[in-house]
Amino acid sequence: MSAVLRRRPAVAIAKYAALAGYLAFALFPLYWLIKIAITPDALIYTEGTQLLPSSVTFDNFAKVILQTDFMAYFGNSLYVSLGTAAVTTLVAAAAGYAFSRFDFAGKKLLIAVMLITQMFPLLMIIAPIYKIISQMGMLNSLTSLIVVYTAFNIPFATFLMQSFFDGIPKDLEEAAMMDGCSRFQALYKVVFPLTLPGLGATLGFVFTAAWSELLFALMLISKNDAMTFPVGLLTFVSKFSVDWGQMMAAGVLALVPSCLFFIFIQRYLVQGLTSGAVKG
Amino acid sequence: MIARATKTVVPRKPRARRSLYLQYLVEPFAYLSPAIVLIGTVILIPLIIGISYSFQSIELLRPFNSGWVGFENYLALWTDKKFWIALENTFFWTFWSVVLQFLLGLGLALLLNTRFWGKRLFQALVFLPWAVPTFLSALTWAWLFNPVIGPLPHWLASLGILSEPDNILGDPELAIWGPILANIWFGVPFFAITLLAALQSIPGELYEAAEIDGASGWQSFCKITLPFLAPMIAITVMLRTIWIANFADLIYVMTGGGPANSTQILSTYIFTTAFRKLDFGYASTIAVALLLILLVYSGIVLWLRKKLIKI
Repeated sequence: MSAVLRRRPAVAIAKYAALAGYLAFALFPLYWLIKIAITPDALIYTEGTQLLPSSVTFDNFAKVILQTDFMAYFGNSLYVSLGTAAVTTLVAAAAGYAFSRFDFAGKKLLIAVMLITQMFPLLMIIAPIYKIISQMGMLNSLTSLIVVYTAFNIPFATFLMQSFFDGIPKDLEEAAMMDGCSRFQALYKVVFPLTLPGLGATLGFVFTAAWSELLFALMLISKNDAMTFPVGLLTFVSKFSVDWGQMMAAGVLALVPSCLFFIFIQRYLVQGLTSGAVKG
Repeated sequence: MIARATKTVVPRKPRARRSLYLQYLVEPFAYLSPAIVLIGTVILIPLIIGISYSFQSIELLRPFNSGWVGFENYLALWTDKKFWIALENTFFWTFWSVVLQFLLGLGLALLLNTRFWGKRLFQALVFLPWAVPTFLSALTWAWLFNPVIGPLPHWLASLGILSEPDNILGDPELAIWGPILANIWFGVPFFAITLLAALQSIPGELYEAAEIDGASGWQSFCKITLPFLAPMIAITVMLRTIWIANFADLIYVMTGGGPANSTQILSTYIFTTAFRKLDFGYASTIAVALLLILLVYSGIVLWLRKKLIKI
C-alpha cells in the first residue's frame, strides 16, 4: 500500500485529507462542548458562533464540583458502571466460553433468544420491570440498576467474548488437559491469560454502555442521593433555569471516565473481533 | 515419577467416559446458567408481560377503564394516522442513518487498515464519539444546530446552502436530518471498529497474489475485500438497523418528535404514549408492531446472508 502511495502523491494527499476530515468531524462537537464549558456565562450568547472564546474561565467546573450534588451522582455512576461491567464480563465470559467450546442441544435456540433480546424496543418492558421492581421494594436501589443493566448487556458481551474464545486455538487447552490439567485449570492457566485483552474490551464496552444509560435510571431512581449522572444531568435541565455553562461543565467531567476507558480498550476491541470476525 | 504417572492415568479411564456425557449435557449449561437466569427474569418475563399489555387497556389517567380488550388496540393502531407517519419516519431515519454510518464507517476502516503517521492516536480519537453518552451528544448537537447560539446554521448560511441561519430543527422538511447527523457522528466508530476487525483478518497473501496477477486496486477491493467483509457487513448492518430503529434518545432530546410529528419515529411515539399519555396498553401495541417489523427484517437479512455467502 505504501509503495502505491509513494508512486502516486495525489492518492497520499487525498488520504491525509480524508483522515483530517474524519478527525475534524469526530472532535468538533467535543471541542464545542468543552468550549461552552469554559466560556464565561456572559459571553455564551454573544460569542455563540465564534470558534474561540475571547476569555476563558473554570468557574463552571468549580461550581459544579463544589456547589452541586454532581460528585455524588458521579460516585453513583461509577459504582453502577463498574459493578455492571464486572458482573457482565464474568457472566458473559462463562456464556461465551460455552458457546465457543461446546456443541449442545439448544445452542441455536439460545443464540436466537439472545438475538431477539436485541430486537425489541426497551420501552416495551420498562413498565413491567418497574412494576416488578417496585413490588420487590427495590426502587431507588443501585443494585437493582446493576442487575437490570447486566441482563441487557449480556447478549452483546457474550457474542464478543465468544469471538475472543473462538480466536484461541482449542488445541492449547486440549494439550493442557492431556498433560493432566482439569478443564478448569486449563481455563485458568492457559485460556485466561490469552483472553485478557478480550476481557478488557468487554469490560470497557459494558462500562461505557452502563455509564450513559438514561432510560432505566430515570424510571427506577427518583431519590436524589441514588441518582446516576445522566439523571443528575437532566435535573440541571429541569430544576434550575437551564444553566448551560454548568451543565456542559458537568458533561465534560462525565465524559472523562468513559473516554479514558474507551481510549484504552478500543485497540483490544478491534483485536478481539478480528479473531472471530469472519467465522460463521 | 513413573509410578505417579501410572497412578493418575489408570483410575481416570472410566471417569473420562462418564464425564463425556456430563461434558456435553451439563457442563455448557453450568457456564450458561447465570446468563440464562438473568436474561429470563429481567428480559423475557417482562417482555411477555409487556406483550400481554398490548391486549389490555392500561391507562393510568383512566384507572377504571382497565381490563382485557382483545385486539382493540391493534384495530386502533390500524386507523391511527400518527402511527403510519411515525412508521414512514422510522424507515427514513433508519435507512439514512444506517447507510451513511456504514459508508463512512467502511471508509474509515479502510483508512485505518493502511499505514500512516500517528495512527494509534488517530484511531483512539476518531473512535471517541462512541464513548459519549447519547444524552450528552444529543444536547451538544442540539446546541450546534441552534439558530441563535449554534455555529452550524451560520456556517451553512455563509456557504450559501441555507438562505439565512434558520432553525433547521424547527423546519418540518429538514428537522429529521439533525438527529440523523448526530446519529452518524455517534455510530460511525461502531461500524469502523467491526469492519476494521474483519479487514485485519483477511490474509495479506491474497492481495499479493492479486497484485502479481495484475489486478487493479479496485478489482482486488471488489473481488477480495468485499466478499471477505460480507458476513461481518450483514451482521453489523442488521444489528445496527435494529438498534437505530429502536433508538429514541437522540430524537427525543433534540426535537421531541416535532415539529408537527415530522421527526416522530415509532420509538419516540411509544415513549410519548407511555410516559406522557400514560397509556401503557397502546404503547405496548406500537412496540409489538415495531418488534414484528424488525423480526421480519432480520429474518430476511439472515436468509440473504445464508444464500449469498455460502457460495
